[in-house]
Amino acid sequence: MGFFLETLFGGLMVGTLYALIAIGFVLIFKASGVFNFAQGAMVLFSALTMARFSQWIPGWLGMEPGWLGNLLAIIVTLALMVVVAWLIERLALRHLVNQEPITLLMATLGIAYLLDGLGPMIFGSEVYKIDVGMPKDPIFIMDGLIPGGVMISLEDLYAACIAAVLVICLSIFFQKTKTGRALRAVADDHQAAQSIGIPLSRIWVIVWSVAGGVALVVGIIWGSKLGVQYSLSLVALKALPVVILGGLTSLPGAIIGGLIIGVGEKLSEVYIGPMVGGGIETWFAYGLALCFLLVRPQGLFGDKIIDRV
Amino acid sequence: MFYRENGQFKTSYAADQQIFGVAQDRWAIVLVLAFAFLAIPFIASDYTFQAILIPFVIMSLAALGLNILVGYCGQISLGTAAFMAVGAYAAYNLQARIEGMPLLVALIGGGLVAMVFGIFFGLPSLRIRGLYLAVATLAAQFFVDWLATRAAWVTNNSSSGSVSAKPLAIAGWAIDTPMEKYLLCLALLCVLGLAAKNLVRSSVGREWMAMRDMDVAAAVIGIRPTYAKLSAFAVSSFIVGVAGALWGFVHLGAWEPAAFSLDRSLQLLFMIIIGGLGSIVGSIFGAAFFVLLPLLLNQVPHWLGLPLSTATATYLEHMIFGALIVFFLIVEPHGLAKLWATARQKLRVWPFPH
Repeated sequence: MGFFLETLFGGLMVGTLYALIAIGFVLIFKASGVFNFAQGAMVLFSALTMARFSQWIPGWLGMEPGWLGNLLAIIVTLALMVVVAWLIERLALRHLVNQEPITLLMATLGIAYLLDGLGPMIFGSEVYKIDVGMPKDPIFIMDGLIPGGVMISLEDLYAACIAAVLVICLSIFFQKTKTGRALRAVADDHQAAQSIGIPLSRIWVIVWSVAGGVALVVGIIWGSKLGVQYSLSLVALKALPVVILGGLTSLPGAIIGGLIIGVGEKLSEVYIGPMVGGGIETWFAYGLALCFLLVRPQGLFGDKIIDRV
Repeated sequence: MFYRENGQFKTSYAADQQIFGVAQDRWAIVLVLAFAFLAIPFIASDYTFQAILIPFVIMSLAALGLNILVGYCGQISLGTAAFMAVGAYAAYNLQARIEGMPLLVALIGGGLVAMVFGIFFGLPSLRIRGLYLAVATLAAQFFVDWLATRAAWVTNNSSSGSVSAKPLAIAGWAIDTPMEKYLLCLALLCVLGLAAKNLVRSSVGREWMAMRDMDVAAAVIGIRPTYAKLSAFAVSSFIVGVAGALWGFVHLGAWEPAAFSLDRSLQLLFMIIIGGLGSIVGSIFGAAFFVLLPLLLNQVPHWLGLPLSTATATYLEHMIFGALIVFFLIVEPHGLAKLWATARQKLRVWPFPH
């Protein structure tokens, strides 16, 4: 029982992190109709920037690495992500308005390659540490119920809280603010949104900047857990089935989908894995997403049915 | 000035429908083929064959297969390397398990198994499309990666997970020098390329293109979506499977699952975007570009006296490809093949601009 619960909680925590990456996907899709394959590359890029600047800035200013250095590094990284968003809009998206979704998808693949090359070229390709003072110690709960209790990492708990706060803020932003509504209009129909006077280019810069910010949050959490390295950009591939499961346009869907996939992955690895030779973690999420596509293509919380053929 | 059609009259349907309608094109293709088959074997070194020509020819074949699916039928696939892997492992199993299996039969058998696999993973395309289909094909990629590492029967119970092909031979002709390997791959590329070219010119090809351009309208005028899409998946994965079997047997000799990773799938997609979606010759241009760029990146700074480190060259390569993808999608969505067609058109009307 204790082992089952530990696996379950482990899955939930991994799930929150998948969900955080998926939020980046959903954000851009919801606000511009672009399926952003470059989200993983953005996570890697922002985490690299953050890791390097949090070491460089204290060095330049001659102070101890601490919260102030981290804060400055976060500000620098955010500024850089806005610049990246602006460049992406300027150089790529502006010229691809009203193109087919597939063309846009392939363009973001190109952007992903570009960022994957650019990041390590500027910042080097070793494994870097990010230390923002997240607690590392595990805690034990339910001591009385189960012998030995159930171990939970406090770090994961923090990550889950951050994810929840992020989703609430973004939901409010989308539902209540004028910009949020403009974003949803753009996602529905580029042309129509343009014709009623919504500045498409500014909207795109905003939404890619916000996605860059989300990428930074993910980068910091993953980076302080596992170190910043190339595999970060591959983790993002897990977010694709998550958004399929949760629905492409739903932020809460991304969270629920992330949790389902995180838990399903861990439990199936532990309980079904040994029967087929293990390692089914790598494709479990995709198998689940595939089943879902056949039964309910719009996902759990997706708000529109995709065009059937 | 030499590229003129004056006086070339077509007096029969056969003449009107030939692949190379202009006489100069026919001579050009004969010259190119003669050069590739007769001249290159004498002038290229073993290194050139192994490092440039063989990968180029096999990648052209794989890109050709993918182009049929993505460029002609409009069904995006991010799992091409999985189909290559299926072709390679199936061919390996045929050869390992059946005594005296001829090489060509094994290669084609690999293609056929990949075809079945492709049809199976193409089934979702009947209900979903675009990025949803991309996720479905990614599922194929991860599933095959896993199967090849975990399932012992795939690798014929080899302990390390890597497999190696038997010595290559066709009807007593032992294929052991790089030059002979190159000729084998080139011959297969020519045969399959011709077949693909004829397929896309035929009614089947027109059905694929109708599906790509607007599936609802195509269905309305009587094209069966099931048949059109699954046939595109079948033909595409057959060619990709044969290319995969060649990649394993001829280029690598011994390989492990990592040879057919997601990275390879993306590379192939990039090849056809840069080379030209919906163009047979574009696949070959794209593969050539893809094989030559890393070499140029290694050599040019070297000649200029600014040697790049290997890591920097890799990152630079990534960036250049990324930038080129975006560039081509914006400026010339039909890729290098379109530039080539434009150049030909200009030559045709020269010295007049239109």
